[in-house]
Amino acid sequence: MANVTLRDVRKTYAGGFEAIKGINFEVGDGQFCVLVGPSGCGKSTLLRMVAGLETITGGDIDIGGRIVNQIEPAERDIAMVFQNYALYPHMSVYNNMAYGLRNRRMAEPEIDTRVQEAARILELGAMLDRKPRQLSGGQRQRVAMGRAIVRQPKVFLFDEPLSNLDAKLRIAMRVEIRKLQRRLKTTSIYVTHDQLEAMTLADILVVMNGGQVEQIGNPLEIYQKPATTFVASFIGAPPMNLMPLRSDEIKSQFAGDSRAAASDAGILGIRPEDFVISSDTIAGGIALGLTVEAIERVGAETFIYGTRELEVQGVAANPGELPPGEVIVRIPGAIAPAIGERIRAIAPREKLHLFSADGRKRIDL
Amino acid sequence: MVEHRPWNDIIAYAILTFGVFIVAFPVYLALIASTHDAATVVGGNMPLSPGSHTLDNYYRAIFVGGSRTSREPVGHMLLNSLISATGIAVGKIFISILSAYAVVYFRFPFRKTAFWIIFVTLMLPVEVRIYPTYKVVSDLHMLDTYAGLILPLIASATGTLLFRQFFMTVPDELLEASRIDGAGPFRFFKDTLLPLSVTTIAALFVIQFIYGWNQYLWPLLITTQDSMQTIVTGIKKMLTTTDELAEWQLAMATAVLAMLPPVAVVVFMQRLFVRGLVETEK
Repeated sequence: MANVTLRDVRKTYAGGFEAIKGINFEVGDGQFCVLVGPSGCGKSTLLRMVAGLETITGGDIDIGGRIVNQIEPAERDIAMVFQNYALYPHMSVYNNMAYGLRNRRMAEPEIDTRVQEAARILELGAMLDRKPRQLSGGQRQRVAMGRAIVRQPKVFLFDEPLSNLDAKLRIAMRVEIRKLQRRLKTTSIYVTHDQLEAMTLADILVVMNGGQVEQIGNPLEIYQKPATTFVASFIGAPPMNLMPLRSDEIKSQFAGDSRAAASDAGILGIRPEDFVISSDTIAGGIALGLTVEAIERVGAETFIYGTRELEVQGVAANPGELPPGEVIVRIPGAIAPAIGERIRAIAPREKLHLFSADGRKRIDL
Repeated sequence: MVEHRPWNDIIAYAILTFGVFIVAFPVYLALIASTHDAATVVGGNMPLSPGSHTLDNYYRAIFVGGSRTSREPVGHMLLNSLISATGIAVGKIFISILSAYAVVYFRFPFRKTAFWIIFVTLMLPVEVRIYPTYKVVSDLHMLDTYAGLILPLIASATGTLLFRQFFMTVPDELLEASRIDGAGPFRFFKDTLLPLSVTTIAALFVIQFIYGWNQYLWPLLITTQDSMQTIVTGIKKMLTTTDELAEWQLAMATAVLAMLPPVAVVVFMQRLFVRGLVETEK
């Protein structure tokens, strides 16, 4: 059981490329931390630095009160689950799990107890004598988890462990991982590019972009109050609609709000699910006239892709020159307007997100 | 072009059969010659069917040696060949797997240089460096010893290259998982890399055993005593007699015997051998 603390962690490669540009965050004891971001954002590199597989060129990584910068992976008391599982192909499932314990000179009866226990938890009991190639993807995944569990480490590290599985299995394993972690109460750091995985698994969500942290927090908080336009469009599917506005438009729309009026606000964000199709006028909110371009029905909900018309009601004083663009509207059920139809989507004021013109700052309304 | 015409098949088979015949006939001739007595073979009209002196010829070839040429019996030469070929194969595998491990998995100064030096030795077969090698071996008093037969032929780049290529295909995550599992460099080598390399080792063993077995020039050069001769050089010496008729039937029996061990190695290790060369499953 341990906290993991990162203090101004940096990674610069020999060629001068800065992969990690000073990252600070803390994962409390027993918490599940998810690092999420697009590919190339440095999330895997950061995880591998915590594991000790990559050197740290600046800052400190602290696991359970001990700075581990110079400590070998095996001595850090961590266990890692790899994307491609990295099972030893020539060893049986049992030996795959027991190998790390044998290397630590643990007594054979104790090893057996731990492996049997892990096999029971993961329902691998019948497969202990098989080789990895005789297992399905999901079973291999479980063996990789088992290898981590038997070690009873301070920290679990997961490097996109589900991305090699098919969609259905991924959801099942996601739930299993969460249940397992709750039960073992082991501090975990989990890397993924899938925002859905990130939202459902995390106690703490760290959204990364370009080697930096964009936002850290509780997943729902991040969803409700994204700190930057990057987070706004990365978290949530389909992504938040972002519309650039001119300052006079902002002023007229948010006239009563001194913060918005005084700031350099320039981008308005509305989540697809916050729209309602209605012809009502909405005080303080916003209304968009849309021409329906495409419809996606997924059963419980329907996504409408519309092109915004020039006239934007609600940005009343000076409509006109808003650049046209695509807007996604999510409505419940399967009843949708026809393609080509003109609709009016409204969103209440409390659902509007306002960002600075460069997208780097959120302006609370 | 996936056409199917019976004529194509017939022509293909005819050509293949012809090819097999060309390759196999001399071998067949050697086999037949080793079953006749000396007079029949030398007589010029050698029959194409087996004769009646099989047991006699092979018995003399293995245990007695040539009657008038006082050559060593083949049994001892076979043993010499076996020792040196096995020594060369095992030694080469040992050296090349270790050097490939170093070149692939360790970051040390001049790693690339080391690899290229090894690579360049591919262009230097035994024959090119034979004089300096002879000088070194002779200065070390290894003439007429097994060490002299084996050591100079052990150093070669082919094995290192083969293992290097194989190690490069082993996923990095296996090394990383091993590191997290607390296995140091030697453990990783012994517990993970070596078991994964079994088929590659088998392939290399077959190739190098035959390479070692078929060595001719080097053993000829450094062995002066008959007791250290290998079978390949022995065959040649059987035929160079000054004033006697060469005992062709014994030479042929020896040739057949010389063929057997490499054939056996190939037959018994064929499955591993083929898997080693085409293996993709990791």
